Amino acid sequence: MTVSVQAEDFDVGAEIAALSAGRNEVGAVATFLGLVRDVSGGSSVGAMTLEHYPGMTEASLEEIVVQARARWSLYAVRVIHRFGRLEPGDRIVFVGVAGAHRGETFAACEFIMDYLKTRAPFWKLEETPEGARWVDARDSDDSAAARWEQGGRQA
Amino acid sequence: MTVKILYFASLKEVLGCTEESFVLPSGVSTVGELRSFLADRGEKWKALGEGRNVRAARNQRMAAPADPVLPGDEIAFFPPVTGG
Repeated sequence: MTVSVQAEDFDVGAEIAALSAGRNEVGAVATFLGLVRDVSGGSSVGAMTLEHYPGMTEASLEEIVVQARARWSLYAVRVIHRFGRLEPGDRIVFVGVAGAHRGETFAACEFIMDYLKTRAPFWKLEETPEGARWVDARDSDDSAAARWEQGGRQA
Repeated sequence: MTVKILYFASLKEVLGCTEESFVLPSGVSTVGELRSFLADRGEKWKALGEGRNVRAARNQRMAAPADPVLPGDEIAFFPPVTGG
């Protein structure tokens, strides 16, 4: 299983171990772990709720993994994204990439996160003392994803 | 000649609508034309209007305004995504 969209938490250690289990050709595993912060835009955040588009979410994440595999030679990829209500400190997203060397695994991990941020249909609703508010998309996320289009970042 | 239309996140709240079955009027054959038609349905529907930051998907893939809309399609409108 490469992609999971789930309400439940996950075991980071077990996920990392699974990326190289039984694959002695793996020389590098790069991971990204995203967490809920207790502050956003100057307001304290008590919790957030992640909404998503069931069906499209899974398909878009799988498509991003396909693109990463087309760019780099990877032995294993794992993407987990949670939805529902999460509190500060909770894990939101995990991306793990196994390859031969660090270059392609670092790059593929960052690529997957940059594309996930702009293409996977998730939306965050934050609970703050001023009330609930939908998080606005950031231009910096678009520019982070766009740099992969220019061919400027290859391992 | 019916399509299913879904709305998500802040757009769903503003419109007060999660999902609707919509009969395609004549002259509506692209995602962009559908959006314009819906935006003219009343005050709150202006949230779908030109200049608003709205994204679309057709059959669960990101769609451009020029993409066709055909009977049986699932079309979704939503704000720019904020996952990760």
